[in-house]
Amino acid sequence: MLAYTSRRIVYVIPIVLSVALVCFLLVHITPGDPLVAVLPADASQELAAQLRTAYGFDRPLPVQFGLWLWRAIHGDLGNSIATGRPVLSEVMRAVGNTVMLAIAAAMIGFTLGLLFGLIAGYFRDTWVDKVATSIAIAGVSLPHYWLGMVLVIIFSVQLNWLPAVGAGPGGSGAWAWDWEHLRYLVLPAITTSVIPMGIVTRTVRALTGDILSQDFVEALRAKGLRETEVFRHVIKNAAPTALAVMGLQLGYMLGGSILIETVFSWPGSGLLLNSAIFQRDLPLLQGTILVLALFFVLLNLLVDIAQAAIDPRIKRS
Amino acid sequence: MSAMSDTALQASPAGKARGYWATVARRIRRDKVSMACAIILLLIFASALLAPWLHLADPYQGSMIRRLRHIGTPGYPLGTDELGRDMLARLIYGGRLSLVIGILPVIFAFVIGTSLGLVAGYVGGKLNTAIMRTVDVFYAFPSVLLAIAISGALGAGITNSIVSLTIVFVPQITRVAESVTTGVRNMDFVEAARASGAGPFTIMRVHMLGNVLGPIFVYATGLISVSMILAAGLSFLGLGTKPPEPEWGLMLNTLRTAIYVNPWVAALPGAMIFAVSICFNLLSDGMRSAMDIRN
Repeated sequence: MLAYTSRRIVYVIPIVLSVALVCFLLVHITPGDPLVAVLPADASQELAAQLRTAYGFDRPLPVQFGLWLWRAIHGDLGNSIATGRPVLSEVMRAVGNTVMLAIAAAMIGFTLGLLFGLIAGYFRDTWVDKVATSIAIAGVSLPHYWLGMVLVIIFSVQLNWLPAVGAGPGGSGAWAWDWEHLRYLVLPAITTSVIPMGIVTRTVRALTGDILSQDFVEALRAKGLRETEVFRHVIKNAAPTALAVMGLQLGYMLGGSILIETVFSWPGSGLLLNSAIFQRDLPLLQGTILVLALFFVLLNLLVDIAQAAIDPRIKRS
Repeated sequence: MSAMSDTALQASPAGKARGYWATVARRIRRDKVSMACAIILLLIFASALLAPWLHLADPYQGSMIRRLRHIGTPGYPLGTDELGRDMLARLIYGGRLSLVIGILPVIFAFVIGTSLGLVAGYVGGKLNTAIMRTVDVFYAFPSVLLAIAISGALGAGITNSIVSLTIVFVPQITRVAESVTTGVRNMDFVEAARASGAGPFTIMRVHMLGNVLGPIFVYATGLISVSMILAAGLSFLGLGTKPPEPEWGLMLNTLRTAIYVNPWVAALPGAMIFAVSICFNLLSDGMRSAMDIRN
């Protein structure tokens, strides 16, 4: 297990470096100079040259990347152009809210997905299966930002049960674990949960069907095991793959939250990314994407290790 | 009983053998869900294509006194938007741009990804490693994040949105193409082609392409569903189409402010995205079972 874990960690290092390179290059594929955003339109040539030197944009690209990476490793992602505050602290504060949203959505989406998937797979080609499959396919085909709008229309505008936007009364930003705050989480979490629900349902349904058609299930039944016992074996065999899919989905929820956070003005990393894009705040854009991508890589690593821990067959391959 | 099997035996060699694609087409034609989806898509495509000849209202012509009319208002069957423009006309005209920006990235990625995957899978070795490790880097980003990162860096615009989505989908199609090709390359008929003196380019184009295209095509059809949602999503964020162009994602964005006045009109563009997306998904599923492909 230790050998497998360390091998996985070694594999991740080149990925992390490439991710950093992509994030670094993002700023340099922008049309024109990265300084365009910082400079006033009527800035003089001398001022531009001065700033270029100050930001290090006059150096060769590989040197710039090296310096940027060196600072990033030490936790310095530069300062936001809009607020002047360090990018890392801005991102970390926002990521907390996104993690909260993703976990709430995961609890809803994974529970329903596992439930629907197991039932659909077990009662394959019955009406139960058809209903569960239809819900799943609707889930993966829904433009989730639109679903968010529709939920706001129903539950906020028409019924007036839940707040439409924000993450707390008065927009103070301070979070508390009471209904006054939690009610702000309900609609964004449901909206976020729909895609993972659909994907987990589809995966688990296919897995359950595959496992049930294998010979060992026949053997278990021939041995006289009760259906509940057979079912336990099905779950055990489906767990590693289901876990991998859920890990990936959690990563997508963390990294792909921008649309939903924009609809609900949820103050997470997605909303931060949105403002970074439209204020042309390039250090913030770069930093947010780097942190989110690293989270994603880390999560995938953890899933790989967890998968190997519960399924010894994976370590050998 | 014996008479029946006799006729069956006689009939089978005499009857015309049905080819693989003919069988697949026949199975799809029998699948009610796939056919319904195909018809809905055909209607949406045809109306978008023929929009100028459908005697619709001008989709750009607004009116300050006729803003946000309800669905079913005489003269405005689907109401009017926040600038008083006819929603029916804008939804139909909106299909033109929405379908183009949603489908083009998948077509581009299909061509690029299939070529890369075919070469990586057939040639193997160092070239395979180089291509597939590069692809891995893009898998280190959640696809929504990657699309938004590239679009955000390149700036708003239709071209940039198509470019960024193509970059997002190329690695996914490359992976599928590579794994299918690797499965086919060691089959006997490829060996036979090689033994008869066919060069690598001929083998890939003539002997392998036809065998790997099916699964990749099914996968790409499913991707259109994701692409439609993401392309409209980029416009929804303000990174794609610019006003006053009718496009479903952008319409959804500008109508957001109207949800307190006329909520159901505001939700209409999203229903169009949903309809196209779910039809492509169901069609992809139908083709997958017709071709008997396992994930």
